[in-house]
Amino acid sequence: MSEEQTVTIEVDGRELKAQAGAMLIDVTDAAGINIPRFCYHKKLSVAANCRMCLVEVAKVPKPLPACATPVADGMKVYTRSPLALAAQKGTMEFLLINHPLDCPICDQGGECELQDVALGYGSDVSRYVEGKRVVKDKDIGPLVATDLTRCIHCTRCVRFGAEIAGVRELGATGRGEHMTIGTYIEKSVDSELSGNIIDVCPVGSLTSKPFRFQARAWELTQFDGIAPHDSVGSNIHLHVRRNEVMRVHPKENEAVNECWISDRDRFSYVGLQSDERLTAPMIKRKGGWTEVDWPEALDETARVLKQLHGDQVGALASPASTLEELHLLQALMAGLGSNHVETRLRQNDFRGKAPSFPWLGRPIAELETVDAALLIGSNVRKEQPLLGHRLRKAALEGAQISYINPFEIDLNYAADQMVDTPFGMLADVAGVAKALGATGGLIDSAKVDETHQAVADQLKQATKASILLGNIAAAHPDYAILCGLAEKIAQASGATLGFLPQAANSVGAQLLTGKGNNAAEMLANPCKSYVLVGLEPAYDFWNPAQASAALKAADSVIALTSFRSPSLEQTATVMLPMAAFTETSGTFVNAEGIWQSFSGIVRPAGEARPGWKILRVLGNLLDLPGFEQESSEEVLAEIRENLADKKPDNSLGDELPAQQLSQTSGLQRIGDVPIYAVDPLVRRSMPLQQTHDAIAAAVYINANEAGKAGLSEGDRVSVKQDGHQATLGIIIDSNIPDGAVRIPAGVAGSETLAGQFGQVTLEKA
Amino acid sequence: MRAMRDYIKSLFLLELMKGFGVTGRYLFKKKFTVQYPEEKAPVSPRFRGLHAQRRYPNGEERCIACKLCEAVCPALAITIEAEPREDGSRRTTRYDIDLFKCIYCGYCQESCPVDAIVETRVYEYHFENREDSIMTKDNLLAIGDKYEAQIAADIAAQAKYR
Repeated sequence: MSEEQTVTIEVDGRELKAQAGAMLIDVTDAAGINIPRFCYHKKLSVAANCRMCLVEVAKVPKPLPACATPVADGMKVYTRSPLALAAQKGTMEFLLINHPLDCPICDQGGECELQDVALGYGSDVSRYVEGKRVVKDKDIGPLVATDLTRCIHCTRCVRFGAEIAGVRELGATGRGEHMTIGTYIEKSVDSELSGNIIDVCPVGSLTSKPFRFQARAWELTQFDGIAPHDSVGSNIHLHVRRNEVMRVHPKENEAVNECWISDRDRFSYVGLQSDERLTAPMIKRKGGWTEVDWPEALDETARVLKQLHGDQVGALASPASTLEELHLLQALMAGLGSNHVETRLRQNDFRGKAPSFPWLGRPIAELETVDAALLIGSNVRKEQPLLGHRLRKAALEGAQISYINPFEIDLNYAADQMVDTPFGMLADVAGVAKALGATGGLIDSAKVDETHQAVADQLKQATKASILLGNIAAAHPDYAILCGLAEKIAQASGATLGFLPQAANSVGAQLLTGKGNNAAEMLANPCKSYVLVGLEPAYDFWNPAQASAALKAADSVIALTSFRSPSLEQTATVMLPMAAFTETSGTFVNAEGIWQSFSGIVRPAGEARPGWKILRVLGNLLDLPGFEQESSEEVLAEIRENLADKKPDNSLGDELPAQQLSQTSGLQRIGDVPIYAVDPLVRRSMPLQQTHDAIAAAVYINANEAGKAGLSEGDRVSVKQDGHQATLGIIIDSNIPDGAVRIPAGVAGSETLAGQFGQVTLEKA
Repeated sequence: MRAMRDYIKSLFLLELMKGFGVTGRYLFKKKFTVQYPEEKAPVSPRFRGLHAQRRYPNGEERCIACKLCEAVCPALAITIEAEPREDGSRRTTRYDIDLFKCIYCGYCQESCPVDAIVETRVYEYHFENREDSIMTKDNLLAIGDKYEAQIAADIAAQAKYR
């Protein structure tokens, strides 16, 4: 039977064309014929255990489940015949036997599939008077609340865990009435996609914990948005009540996020209500902060900026800033005579030519069809969870995925991992390049081992292969060399070079900024004045110690920010409250290069104003040309005009930088940014900070290195890096290679240290 | 002929006498005027007066924050906020009824799955300040506590018609 073969079936007297072998429910769904269902989900395997989708098929004595019945030519199906209706009604009655019917206190009430289907297909009164089963609720972490008595055993959550999240965290134990969903042993559900089980659960068994009892579905107004925490640009629905974002749901977009979103995108909204929201402009006077009104704050800012010219001022902006904000920031700086605008704050090696439009190299959806991929310096599963999911899909289809990382990452599929110190990573990448026959300075001297050869062969044989550079690579002291080597591998193997951009608008930011001094230069040779947009100096820089020092030394630091934070209060001189992502309109360019615009859906907190408006008014106060826009759409139109001819382009300069900056001696720090430390909003979302993935600053070291230094688990050590010091605990971790320690960046405790990579010394405190 | 009849009617003030007759009849009839506030008219158990929130006999508040009353209220007079209480149960943190908005339709009572919000027979109340028109959860519970016996009796009396 060929896949293209079509058959004709008849459903309720309607003739439908369908692909042979397709499941009946897919065909009826496509035709808009509704069949009730609980266990069937289009993204999950067919379980056929709820029996709700029973339909009558001519010449078959018993009703058949539509989700597990392949269509055949000439099949006659009746979805509303007396037999089908009786079967559905009977199933509904059985499902409700053990359902508590506690809809008034159930968070799912009003948006519950069981409620809806019971209304449409159930009977009016219950005949069941015997006792119902009660299941003890389990604590499965800070994100998902359980009410397992309500469970109807559809096993969607179990299948989601096994098939999509890739971790078998939930399972069903017991049989029949004693069947319960749980984690087997008492533990939390820690997948980075775990929030999606809330959506797949058809009843109120798994609900959102931060949203628990907060609002009803009918009170919420749904708006569209774009998730601001990674470069996937997941499409989301924001549910708003009384000017407050109450929760976030995925919006289906097969090309971007399918029907999933990461927990980071789902639960970061909690941070919007943080006590640390900056609600009024503030000026530092005589060492203390005074609240002022907008005209005063803007006049003061304009006065400060007017005195400066040219190189004296530099702008550092979060890569999650919108295109509009960055465009106006760039224009403001240009008006002042400076072209120093930078968003690559977690990068230190700016040698060589940066690509003009760095992107994923292929559409996001295509990532799941690659035959081989080599990821260099990337923990993609935690950095861009939904790209990780696409790669996992590819791996399950037989693609060979390999990683070159400074520590072994936790993966949910089989992959080759080459783990070496930051310095050793270069040798690995060069080894793969050499195995492919590439030439060049570092490559010629590289040694090729079996793994390199195997990876090289996989890349060469693959018809569709990707070389991807991740966030750890971007922070690597020899990022330029890694990029160059990756490009050589791509050229030699015929694979596509791609970048896994860090933040929501990293790609867009690259289109607009980066023409003047880069972040490293701006901080190494302090400017007289800085403009910061959406940053926390302690956590958002490659080298927080250096950044704090440079900002403290500056005469004035103007910070546009949504949050106050101690590090900002110490370094800034003016804080202007900026609207957070749900409160401003703007545009992000995602990893694939898609421009996705969104609008502000709630009023900004307090006196806060959208960033683009603040920058526009500053431009007006400074009498600069090009600040006449009335709306963010006008700003966007300008940007589109300027960038009309930009096409995604990953090409780099030809020459590899000769000098290697990674050090070989002593212990090398690996400062990756954990999943829930990426931006100020995520850092303030309490539920996310309580998860297993929200790791604290600590020294992760393997047993061998710890033994050499005489350290054991739980010891406190004084970590020294470039003259900066922090006292941290020791965690023995076999995933770290010899010669390296992992000290996460972007988390409280490590902000007093220097760069994300570099030599450190440990001393027992 | 007709002019003649009208002339006699007006000469002898017949219409006036008829009117006095009505007045006179009522003067000696049994009186049904009630001397409010000393006397009060009877009130139906279905009377929809001031709202109250009830408790279970063990003192636990009945309201579970299902928000059906808020949803059904045609005047949008009810505002509810909820969150998990310390023991994990679903309870309101805010339950306000704006009596200026309320049209006393009784839908809230109809919709309540636990008989928590009820309209009592109380119709004598006033506000001294505008903001007093907002009945808070504490006020409602206090009214419920005060009239619980009567509320319970009224609900029991009506149960067979529901």
